[in-house]
Amino acid sequence: MKIKRNTLLTTITFALLVVFLYWLSANRLQHGMLVSVLQKGVIFALVAVSMNLLNGFTGLFSLGQAGFMSIGAYTTAILIIPVKSLDGVYYMNGVHPGIRALKMMVAESPAFVQSVFPFIALLLGGLLAAGIAAIVGVAVLRLKSDYLAIATLGLSEIVRAIFSSPQFDRVTNGSYGLNKIPNFPEMAWGLIPSLLTPFIVVTLCIVFILLLINSSYGRAFKAIREDEIAAEAMGINLFKHKSMSFVVSSFFSAIAGGLLAMYMRSIEAKTFSITLTYDILLIVVIGGIGSVTGSILSAFLVTAAKEWWLRFFDQPLFIGDWQVPLFRTGFRMVIFSILLMVVVLVYRKGLMGSTEFSWDRLLGRFRRTRKSNGGAA
Amino acid sequence: MTTILQHCLTGISLGGAYALIAIGYTLVYGILRLINFAHGDIFMMAGYFMIFALASFPWPVAIIITLVVTTVMGIGIEKFAYKPLRNAPRMSIMISAIGVSYLLQNLSTYVFTAIPRGYPELPYLKRIFRIGELSASFVTLLTPILTIVLVVILMILVNKTKTGMAMRAVSKDFETAKLMGINIDRIVSVTFAIGSLLAGIGSILYFTDRMSVTPFSGTLPGLKCFVAAVFGGIGNIPGAVVGGFFIGIVETLLIALGYSTFSDAFTFLLLIIMLLVKPTGLFGEKNVEKV
Repeated sequence: MKIKRNTLLTTITFALLVVFLYWLSANRLQHGMLVSVLQKGVIFALVAVSMNLLNGFTGLFSLGQAGFMSIGAYTTAILIIPVKSLDGVYYMNGVHPGIRALKMMVAESPAFVQSVFPFIALLLGGLLAAGIAAIVGVAVLRLKSDYLAIATLGLSEIVRAIFSSPQFDRVTNGSYGLNKIPNFPEMAWGLIPSLLTPFIVVTLCIVFILLLINSSYGRAFKAIREDEIAAEAMGINLFKHKSMSFVVSSFFSAIAGGLLAMYMRSIEAKTFSITLTYDILLIVVIGGIGSVTGSILSAFLVTAAKEWWLRFFDQPLFIGDWQVPLFRTGFRMVIFSILLMVVVLVYRKGLMGSTEFSWDRLLGRFRRTRKSNGGAA
Repeated sequence: MTTILQHCLTGISLGGAYALIAIGYTLVYGILRLINFAHGDIFMMAGYFMIFALASFPWPVAIIITLVVTTVMGIGIEKFAYKPLRNAPRMSIMISAIGVSYLLQNLSTYVFTAIPRGYPELPYLKRIFRIGELSASFVTLLTPILTIVLVVILMILVNKTKTGMAMRAVSKDFETAKLMGINIDRIVSVTFAIGSLLAGIGSILYFTDRMSVTPFSGTLPGLKCFVAAVFGGIGNIPGAVVGGFFIGIVETLLIALGYSTFSDAFTFLLLIIMLLVKPTGLFGEKNVEKV
């Protein structure tokens, strides 16, 4: 009975969300800010969850997320920029003939292939990142804690240097970056509007990660996090599981990177600097290291606060004639960094700690408050 | 031949500044086993302090003010962000270090804006010297010499004084040192003070050649200097100096050859290769990780 109630509540919530998104899609012009915050939030939710899989569940402190995102973003962007915009994008150095030929082939393919091609592009980006992660992992995953962090950070910088180097001008457009990237595609022949696409893709990805975490592999990951030596003694193949976690995390980071490219419409290597990784780390830490729902929740909260609710910190504010001091460009980010420090130093568990969201707990909390109110009366 | 020598000279000068910053990493890592991600940003802040100090004071006073403020900031950061987490898991301290770095960057973007600020020119340091066909400013010649002198002083401090002995003891075994009556907090503060002081000196030498400071100009040099410290063997002061010079020279030569975008990537490649081939670095001691 109890399980049924929880399933019911989850289903209703999801149904309401879908209805809400359809409504939003119909009225997207009036709610531009809400749409862009939700879309960016959902993309960051995926990166945060994939970072959490590595940092929170497997205990591998990696700072290479931005690098893998850039692999996904560049692959997707290069593949889906329409043929007719090619010359405009690569106006400085021209485009590599191979890319043009590939695009001509896609443009002449049947309509069905064209409609699913953006998703194939996302998948290819993910697979490329996963492949690179698998190769690099052999070397990097032998390192422990802080060495691993700095090596993955370095890796992400190497990727960025390659993308912005003049030697690859005709593929990645060097330091000029790529633009004219098409927005999110529609799904199911227009039945699902383009606004919903990132939500569906991300939901599918996160469900996969959740299934992985709850499988025997996930339990092995947690065992490695708790105690590597004990885990190995219990017969867990350390390298295999670490490498698996690294590859899966990189794959989904790259998918999120591809979605980010579609969301931003133009990317350059600078977008994927160390700061991006720090931003994602901020989301993971605030949400709680080792909690998927915490990461998702905090991705939306942090994105909304950063892009929308706390914007007023950056504008001069007047109360009557008195100008409130400190309010000017950049103050918002200072507040954010202080918030991060407070979470790290005082409230170390973040929003959710390492537990997951559950209806029982939420309802239990309501019941408890009601009871205590009743007692007081 | 002249051009190669000229580039080497620039490289040695850059390497000297790197070496000074790398010492800060190596000392802190040796004692707390923490990559002080904020060290590069301390270095950047020192650049801003110098700009403002020089706006209202003559240069010798300005240099002293910059160094004092930087040192105090380094100690302050340790007290505020790392001390409360002394017994926390290593990941928390590292996140805290990243948080401090994030805070310093955002704070300086807010206070000084993101527009690059011109670094004041000390006419004294910028005077051009000619040796045969090579030409170099005074700062280029001063940097390596000053670096060597400072390292020698530091080595004497670490090897001959009581504080130095305590530092070595703490880096060998934190707990036992504590039991032997060493005031850990004081030693950690001293370590951070030395590291920040050297970062301040390095910052003056580095930025005099670079002309401008931005809130993000500390990140990459910071990471490179950490690589330098790892390359030389973390916890080892002469190693950090050798690493700093090596990275400085190679980077300058790569830029001279036209691979400037790869000069950063090279540093990290060096790190990964080094960690795989000889994780203890060039001069690092063999350290058995205890279970």
